[in-house]
Amino acid sequence: MQHYSGFGLVKHALTYHENWQRAWRNPTPKKKYDVIVVGGGGHGLATAYYLAKEHGITNVAVVEKGWLGGGNTARNTTIVRSNYLWDEAAWLYEHAMKLWEGLSQDLNYNVMYSQRGVMNLGHTLQDMRDIHRRVNANRLNGIDGEVLDIKQIQEIVPIMDCSKHTRYPIMGASWQPRGGVARHDAVAWGFARGADALGVDMLQQTEVTGIRKSGNKVLGVETTRGFIAADTVGVVTAGNSGVLAKMAGFQLPIESHPLQALVSEPMKPILDTVVMSNKVHGYVSQSDKGDLVIGAGIDGYNGYGQRGSYSTIEHTLQAIVELFPMFSRVRMNRQWGGIVDTCPDACPIISATPVGGLFFNCGWGTGGFKATPGSGNVFAATLAAGKPHPLAAPFSIDRFISGKLIDEHGAAGVAH
Amino acid sequence: MSQQNRLGTGGRIDRSRPLRFTFNGVDYQGFAGDTLASALLANGVDVVNRSFKYSRPRGIVAAGAEEPNAIVQLGASEAAQVPNVRATQQALYGGLVAASTNGWPNVDRDLMGVIGSVGGKFMPPGFYYKTFMAPASLWPKYEKYIRKAAGLGRVPKEADPDIYDHINRHCDVLVIGAGPAGLAAALAAARSGARVILCDEQEEMGGSLLDSRELVDGRPASAWAAAVLAELATLPEVLVLPRTTANGYHDHNFVTLHERRTEHLADLAPSLNGRRQVRARMHRVRAGEVILATGTHERPLVFSNNDVPGNLVAGAVSTYIRRYAVVPGRRLVLSTANDHAYRAALDWHDAGREVVAIVDAREHPEGDLVNEARARNIRIIPGSAVIEAQGKKRVSAVQVARIDIGGFKVAGRVETLACDTIATSGGYSPVVHLAAHTGARPEWRDDILGFVPGKVPGMTPVGGVHGKGALIEALADGAAAGTAAAQRTGFTAPAVELPKVAKVREGKAAALYQVPHVKPAMRAPKQFVDPQNDVTAAGIELATREGFESIEHVKRYTGMGFGTDQGKLGNINGMAIAARCLKQTIPQTGTTVFRPNYTPVTFGAIAGRNCREFFDPRRFTALHAWHVEHGAKFEEVGQWMRPWYFPRGNESMHEAVQRECRAVRESVGILDASTLGKIEIQGKDAREFLNRLYTNAWTKLDVGKCRYGLMCKDDGMVMDDGVTACIAENHFHMTTTTGGAAAVLDWMELWHQTEWPELEVYFNSVTDHWAAMAINGPNARKLLAELTDDIDLSGENFKFMDWRAGTVAGVPARVYRISFTGELSFEINVQANHALHVWQALFDKGEKYGLTPYGTETMHVLRAEKGFIIVGQETDGSMTPEDLGMQWCVGYKKPFSWIGRRALTRPDTKREDRKQLVGLKPLDPQLVLDEGAQIVLEKEIRIPMPMVGHVTSSYFSPTLGHAFALAVVKGGSQRMGQTVYLPMADGRVHAAEVVSPVFYDAEGARQHV
Repeated sequence: MQHYSGFGLVKHALTYHENWQRAWRNPTPKKKYDVIVVGGGGHGLATAYYLAKEHGITNVAVVEKGWLGGGNTARNTTIVRSNYLWDEAAWLYEHAMKLWEGLSQDLNYNVMYSQRGVMNLGHTLQDMRDIHRRVNANRLNGIDGEVLDIKQIQEIVPIMDCSKHTRYPIMGASWQPRGGVARHDAVAWGFARGADALGVDMLQQTEVTGIRKSGNKVLGVETTRGFIAADTVGVVTAGNSGVLAKMAGFQLPIESHPLQALVSEPMKPILDTVVMSNKVHGYVSQSDKGDLVIGAGIDGYNGYGQRGSYSTIEHTLQAIVELFPMFSRVRMNRQWGGIVDTCPDACPIISATPVGGLFFNCGWGTGGFKATPGSGNVFAATLAAGKPHPLAAPFSIDRFISGKLIDEHGAAGVAH
Repeated sequence: MSQQNRLGTGGRIDRSRPLRFTFNGVDYQGFAGDTLASALLANGVDVVNRSFKYSRPRGIVAAGAEEPNAIVQLGASEAAQVPNVRATQQALYGGLVAASTNGWPNVDRDLMGVIGSVGGKFMPPGFYYKTFMAPASLWPKYEKYIRKAAGLGRVPKEADPDIYDHINRHCDVLVIGAGPAGLAAALAAARSGARVILCDEQEEMGGSLLDSRELVDGRPASAWAAAVLAELATLPEVLVLPRTTANGYHDHNFVTLHERRTEHLADLAPSLNGRRQVRARMHRVRAGEVILATGTHERPLVFSNNDVPGNLVAGAVSTYIRRYAVVPGRRLVLSTANDHAYRAALDWHDAGREVVAIVDAREHPEGDLVNEARARNIRIIPGSAVIEAQGKKRVSAVQVARIDIGGFKVAGRVETLACDTIATSGGYSPVVHLAAHTGARPEWRDDILGFVPGKVPGMTPVGGVHGKGALIEALADGAAAGTAAAQRTGFTAPAVELPKVAKVREGKAAALYQVPHVKPAMRAPKQFVDPQNDVTAAGIELATREGFESIEHVKRYTGMGFGTDQGKLGNINGMAIAARCLKQTIPQTGTTVFRPNYTPVTFGAIAGRNCREFFDPRRFTALHAWHVEHGAKFEEVGQWMRPWYFPRGNESMHEAVQRECRAVRESVGILDASTLGKIEIQGKDAREFLNRLYTNAWTKLDVGKCRYGLMCKDDGMVMDDGVTACIAENHFHMTTTTGGAAAVLDWMELWHQTEWPELEVYFNSVTDHWAAMAINGPNARKLLAELTDDIDLSGENFKFMDWRAGTVAGVPARVYRISFTGELSFEINVQANHALHVWQALFDKGEKYGLTPYGTETMHVLRAEKGFIIVGQETDGSMTPEDLGMQWCVGYKKPFSWIGRRALTRPDTKREDRKQLVGLKPLDPQLVLDEGAQIVLEKEIRIPMPMVGHVTSSYFSPTLGHAFALAVVKGGSQRMGQTVYLPMADGRVHAAEVVSPVFYDAEGARQHV
């Protein structure tokens, strides 16, 4: 792998950048791999990378129907945080957070993880009870967090309307300084480049059309480029998990919904942190290019079209203007939608399935991006060992039978 | 200053109305009818901005929505600031103040430009992914400097004083674009009597008719446009919306039209008849048929230094000359691959300025316009193109060379021509953006060298947007589509007589996107594809070399098309360059997806009036005025304002609550309980529905009785609770939590409509219809007895959990004997308009008992003393009825299943060590524990450490004389008497004893008297 550095940039500038190598190959599929990862999004690519790097399993293919990182990895609002309420979720997201903190160096690819802090606003007495509860839980789990009062909030975000004149005046907030944003595309590209260097084949424009089984054991996947065999198949296809499960002959407790986001035109920097509010239902940060990056909750209906309803965009911007009246004259440049797979308890599924050798990593709902390295890391361990990584174990599909749900609606909600 | 580039005659400006304006602090003059861009060009302003990455000087390129460079900050005062205005789309008004968004200290002398020109070579696409990684600790500092370069305009520092409206509209035919095709379509459809909306983004309707060289019915084309608009104005079913952009096209012909009502007048909406006008309106249109007449955007050619000011697309040159009487230079070189762009040279020549040469990429240009140029002895250089521009802040010369398009190389000697303006045309890209919003993929057409809209149900493209851009074709195409659309929506459209237009013979265009240079693309001076984002042809080439082969990867790696113009100018060129590098065709490479908005729209216009008091309804009870008058402090609960407590004099909240609590326990208090959700349930299966909805049984509830019910989600977790009364055999009155009312009604409808449609049952929200007043305390009965003579209040005839109809204070009432305080209690429900009368009557009679109004805080303390839960406070979506110690409220023996039943039999919900509701008694009896405090079993704090639960409610009880709390604790019911610990953020660790959650009157004697 060509090493990236500032020195390298200078060196390549002297040869007019004509000698940069490919970030990843465009290989022909082999007949058989040790492991096939279905889905070349951030989670799938991270899975392949950690399979090769931490488990020495390099005979791996990532099978992607479109382009790498083209699903929700390309569509999310790039927020990273780990301030989840329940132990199981907090541990998983904190595992991801620790990986985020060294990811650029690990991958030799600057994913621009920017720890500019994440603020979750409270607007009611019950919001504040919940914030205290969550911050206390985070703290005892070793996750950074504090409760801010209005004065502290105003110091961090002076442009926000913290007056009593809003419909739901802000009463306080939780604050996770280590949270922030990352460059979403770079995460996919960095993992892809890293995995490629370790020998993983990235098969783009290769759609899985079926899952071949013998009895109850997976044999491989049928694709638009023919059958590819593997004893272990990991499916990481957010937005289409239910479709893939159907191919394998079982159902998942998942509903697929549109989730929209939008950006403003690029503005001079004015907002340094991530601000989210469940109550008024919206969140915003400002990218390094200057765009205000904005989102809210899912559209209410199920569907696979990567578009949503205009009314959701209206509500979202009403919330943002309510919090930031000075943004009223800023223009929305672009809106888009992705498809999120939501579980009944707002937590993911990282699990073995009724089919031997077939594993699923799905159901991240609105909160998948922040987990990318952690998700890939524990799923790689699960695929390598054929049994769940300890942090993944609580997220087994069995919980929908046993009832051992991890209800993160409070912490997930609008907050991504 | 003089308008040195303004022609003495012509144009559609109003020379009788000169307007003064300021750009970058300099005063200029233009005319009514100018855009800011045309006025700047008239005054010879070359540099309007600096580029984002390399800080290169940039000038005006286009005349419309595709303009990438002329992005300015508008606004004479702070609150009036309008960031990122496209000067080409901003009408000039008197007193306009504008400034460049980039450039330090100013656009003309910009220091960043030095860094850009020196450092630029170290900043290829994606350079930031390859560096700033070591040491990791420095990234925040690097990023700080990266961020300094971010953004175009700035956000106003003050709140927006303007207002924005939303309007819902329905029409039979929506015509988007009022050029020749759109006008013809609108006219044809409108004459049928159909409801037609015609919108156009420009200040003046007419599109290309306004700067056309052609004659329509022997008169200037603009006269025909004026005649059509005049006729449309007379038709009552037609709505004509100028300055209105169709910004988003959604499923099922739902289109949002953004109408700018005052932006052409001032930076703040001016007043009209003493009232502030609406700055913008968002028309939310549902159209039977959509006619897409959005035309084309001209593609500039991509060659070296094609961003030096003085580079324009050819059509813009014509527009500025013919429409605004502005010639943006003295000596023109036109570089084209088609006939149509010859108009620019002819218009330039007509204006009396020098056309240095027409450089045509085709070997044998031929056509009417070519012949006209030849007839004027304009030099035409065939088989060639401008390969490089020279000059820094203004073009000074061009290098022209013979090129081999297929071989992508320069094929002859390079000639230098002195000039100050370069007009280029690589062809015309249909404006497919709106159609693409619906998910329809554009389709490539080799014959027109462009993508046309994919198929959208109910949408017809007309004119240039699907390759029929020639005037004579566009008119016929539009008229036919208008007639057909009206017919499809049920109208009979008379044939429209087409105006007479001469056919213009045009030669075949050549496919030229990036012009080859004598040096390879990576080494040639920069060839800009997307000037706003400083994306170059070399950048695209590098991206493909590095393996970014999908056009989406190219876009994301280089930033192409991410600007505020969303790639209107450059995307097709970029795709063509990517295709060349990948040795593919353009359709194989494909397009990126265009998304709403077509052009950016203010948050304010999208949000409309739904902010502040209209953000979410604020609900008040019928007694609100009384509460305000009596000094209540309020709490927001759901949408409701509820009295939180009623301080007297200088009482603190604590003091007020203690007093209110004592009043209830010792005599009588009153709570406005009107906010509780109330749902009427009627029908012969009402009882059965309740059986399935609630966890407990309803079969045996007699008329005149009430029952407390728990509702679970299908996962077995408590979602709501409340008391439901049997009014008649087929009639029940349900109460829900204040915040949960709407969700519960939705939930009931969901189950009824999707799972049990066979049940005959009907629901209706009556929350606002009834006012509810709960009198609580040992003197409650005595007080009520003074106000009713037709309800027997005796303990034996009106038992706990009974309800009675009767008269209270002369008003028909339902009185429920239910209690949320554990005291003797009656909840008086009256029609809401009578509430104040009854409430007042209660106070008149209650004075002698010290009747005390209390709010939610006292309610919370009193119910917590009794161990009564509040859903949403003691529960969080993870508590079963059993976890709450409420197994008495679960009827496993009901014949039909109920929501949550199956879930409650699962192994995990049967676990004995689940979190369970308990009471906590702080070891320090004065210490009110923090709500939300986590509970641990060990006194020594080490992090991380296992948590076993948390405090849900915590108060000081005047009745008990000590602080107490409710909490959920793992295996809590088995931990009675144990000490648990509560570590605080400040390092303190509190201790408390686990006790029963019922602190007061465990036998329930007080409410049964």
